[in-house]
Amino acid sequence: MSSRDYILGRVRWSLGRGAFERDSCQQLEARLNTPQSNLIPKRGQGDAKAQLSLFVKMATEVNATVSRLKALENVPKAVAKYLKEQELDATVRLADHPELQKLDWSKLDASTGFSTGDDLVGVVMAYAGAAETGSLALRSGADSPTTLNFLPDYHIVVLKAADLVGDYEAVYARLRRESNKTDFMPRTLSWVTGPSRTADIEQTLLLGAHGPRKLHILVIEDNGEAS
Amino acid sequence: MKLNAHNFKENAAKALKDEDLQASLAKLGTGFPLKRLAAAARLPEFEALRDQARDIKDHTLRHLDFYLEKFECKVQETGGHVHWARDIEDGRKIVYDICESVGAKTVTKGKSMIGEEMAINEYLEEKGLIPVETDLGEYIIQLRNEPPSHIIAPAIHLRKSHVEEAFRKTHTELPPERNLDEPEDLLKEARAMLRKKFIAADVGITGANFMIAETGSTVIVTNEGNGDLTQTLPRVHIVLCSIEKMVPNLEDCATLLRVLARSATGQEQSVYTTFSTGPKQMDDPDGPDQFHVVILDNGRSRMLGHDTHDMLRCIRCSACINHCPVYQSVGGHAYGSIYPGPMGSVLTPAIYGLEQSCDLPNASTMCGKCEEVCPVRIPIPQMLRSWREKQWEDGPVPILQRLAMSVWAFWAVRPKAYHFGAKIKMRLLGLLGRKNGHFKSLLFSKAWTKSRDFPAPEGKTFQQLWSEKGGRRS
Amino acid sequence: MSGEEKNVGLFVTCLVDLFRPTVAFAAVKLMSEAGCSICVPERQTCCGQPAFNSGDRHDARKMAEMVIEEFEKFDYVVAPSGSCAAMIKKHYPELFSDQADWHKRALDLSRKTYELMSFLTDVLDVKEVETTLNRKVTYHDSCSGLRELGIKDQPRTLMNAVEGLDLVEGENAERCCGFGGTFCLKYSDISTRIADDKCDDILKTEADMVLGGDLGCLMNIAGRLTRRGETVEVRHVAEVLAGMCDDVAPISRKG
Ligand code: SF4
Repeated sequence: MSSRDYILGRVRWSLGRGAFERDSCQQLEARLNTPQSNLIPKRGQGDAKAQLSLFVKMATEVNATVSRLKALENVPKAVAKYLKEQELDATVRLADHPELQKLDWSKLDASTGFSTGDDLVGVVMAYAGAAETGSLALRSGADSPTTLNFLPDYHIVVLKAADLVGDYEAVYARLRRESNKTDFMPRTLSWVTGPSRTADIEQTLLLGAHGPRKLHILVIEDNGEAS
Repeated sequence: MKLNAHNFKENAAKALKDEDLQASLAKLGTGFPLKRLAAAARLPEFEALRDQARDIKDHTLRHLDFYLEKFECKVQETGGHVHWARDIEDGRKIVYDICESVGAKTVTKGKSMIGEEMAINEYLEEKGLIPVETDLGEYIIQLRNEPPSHIIAPAIHLRKSHVEEAFRKTHTELPPERNLDEPEDLLKEARAMLRKKFIAADVGITGANFMIAETGSTVIVTNEGNGDLTQTLPRVHIVLCSIEKMVPNLEDCATLLRVLARSATGQEQSVYTTFSTGPKQMDDPDGPDQFHVVILDNGRSRMLGHDTHDMLRCIRCSACINHCPVYQSVGGHAYGSIYPGPMGSVLTPAIYGLEQSCDLPNASTMCGKCEEVCPVRIPIPQMLRSWREKQWEDGPVPILQRLAMSVWAFWAVRPKAYHFGAKIKMRLLGLLGRKNGHFKSLLFSKAWTKSRDFPAPEGKTFQQLWSEKGGRRS
Repeated sequence: MSGEEKNVGLFVTCLVDLFRPTVAFAAVKLMSEAGCSICVPERQTCCGQPAFNSGDRHDARKMAEMVIEEFEKFDYVVAPSGSCAAMIKKHYPELFSDQADWHKRALDLSRKTYELMSFLTDVLDVKEVETTLNRKVTYHDSCSGLRELGIKDQPRTLMNAVEGLDLVEGENAERCCGFGGTFCLKYSDISTRIADDKCDDILKTEADMVLGGDLGCLMNIAGRLTRRGETVEVRHVAEVLAGMCDDVAPISRKG
């Protein structure tokens, strides 16, 4: 008997039944294919303004830094300013994201693509943000290499306020909505809540374990513009 | 790892005298629990979320075969592979075969308790591969060649001097005069050393906190980011998980994630919660070419529908461990199992057999703190008791203990004789103990008087006094 | 209390019967004053918890059957111990889950069984106690009472009603004292270590008296405190509420 059949057989035997009948299977399928949210904490359910301030508060609490910008066009300048504050060279590695690529990076030494570990600063676009815990949703794709989220020491993430939602569930709903396939998940979907850390040595909290030491979030408020 | 649970008592005695360990444990006892309390207090819905988390896991377990098959199907649809391992041997072989098929030499590893259960590092080393643990704590204990002492903080028993010693011994290519006094220095060195390993690895092995049937995704929850590097940089990503890690869909997972970190470290959310679905997709600039999920059973399917069924709800948050007065006293290694503390004392006998671990279910005061804090409300004391019952029925219970209990029971159901005997004995003890109010030692209860005085009784039993007073009897 | 006298069966508990009858007398006094008639059946010994927790279901059941038979006739059954009350209230029904007739009787008994502090406040609605104690006191929440029966506020309400009593909370008042029934004998070293933590927590409050609702825990704490040469007094909370501190020396201390 294959291990697969052995395990599934064992599971059924232990639960005291055979494989599911058609009817109960249909119910289970329905539960699976029409996902319902469970209880969602109230805290993230305010209006856009409340969500933004909650997001900033929660992200800052976990050692991320946040700048609020009026327009996407201001991103290169804000990045340059941040690098200066951190006393870094003006060198950045950009994700190949259309919204980032259309910006004017001429004041910086900017290159594009995934990271092989030699980049100090990575700049990426967030897919979304969840206010409830100040978390960023980053999805892999042509416009968003995963290596850029984990290898550089400085992780700069651009989040459009329009992509900020109250809770995780809203992001899953959007992923489903935007995909015409049943396989709507990217290879990698990461929720990032603050920069990398560890407390493995004497329970002392240290930032920058293996992933980025710093996480800087640029929120684009851009509220006047209709998309 | 090899089970060493039959030495619990000796291990515990040693641990109680180990000052370094005691210092670490003292920190643990106030660290995680207070943070958990604060996080729970901050989220008004926390208790309701715990109920839902329990119900989600219950539902999934009752329909586990359905969800496992759905999950398998989804993984395959998204271009990944599922491998079923009925036991440790099976699992190790699967992992090795995958490594061999791509000619792997070095393997990086994210933290995985299933990996520990399989002792996968040992096995791969035997086969000539070089497995490298990348979670800082795991890396440290790998260098020291010892098992984890906690399920989410594997090196919690160590002081920084131990870490320094291990680094100096291993990183011989670095200048010996370098400064490693502070935790920051140690972290910096580990980060630099491991960076190279991440990039050189052919295969990355991670664990999984959850498997999602709806999407065929596996989920890891980390703070360091090592898991993400482990699964993104090599060509092959292998996920080690066990059957009970299943949840139906993303929404269910969201609920469990809301209670996981808060219960574990008191964080609102861990730093990185990453969902992996299949290998890298067509336009992806990075990511692995192959995605394999190894699903281990190793005794779990036997637990379903039986006394320890509810234990399979466990999401390995470690809250029960962090709050356990016994764990806080002796640490993880005393248990001799990779799963220490309350959850381990239920799980270890189920996985390794009761004969191998007979102390574990007994080494609990039954204070119930574990159940109080468990995010999925596992009635741990009840399960410990069910193991004790099994032991009593057909397992190894010390003959003296059995005897003592039956003598007690014999008298207890014969109240007349009991009260007569009690009267005489208490009179005697009362007289003897009158001088100090307590005894420094008593022949029949050395285990008590070794470290505690035994209170002298008042002299007459209540039943005796009540009769003398003519109190109401019916 | 208005209406008829409540007919209460006192489950003395084996430890109180043997070592500290005063606790039972205190219980009788407190309940009588609140309008109960107390009966103490002679046919009682142990609730069976040691056997139950050792995995010896058979003997546990035998003891439980005796308790059920003897106590089911009362309006209420009260024990001056959270762990014995929890055994009857929570675990008897569980013990007979596969015997319908006994299960029903166990459930009936469960419904009317209370730990003393909870009975006084939740059922008898006692708010006042007529006694004075000019002491700084801390309270140890015993595990079974706290976690299985939810007893937390009840003893505090009553203690706060004692004139002169200054209650200071230990940081870890809810932490196990290491007693654990047979645990303290089987794993004596670990038990002692946990008891030491408890003693430290008590000493930190600078209270000169520690109270609790379970004699097992109190004997453990007292035994460790006196062995360490500490002078903090240990007593069952009922003794204090009934104003009976003068009747008996603190646990483990000379009278
Ligand atoms: S048993 Fe509960 S508290 Fe313990 S690790 Fe598992 S989920 Fe967490």
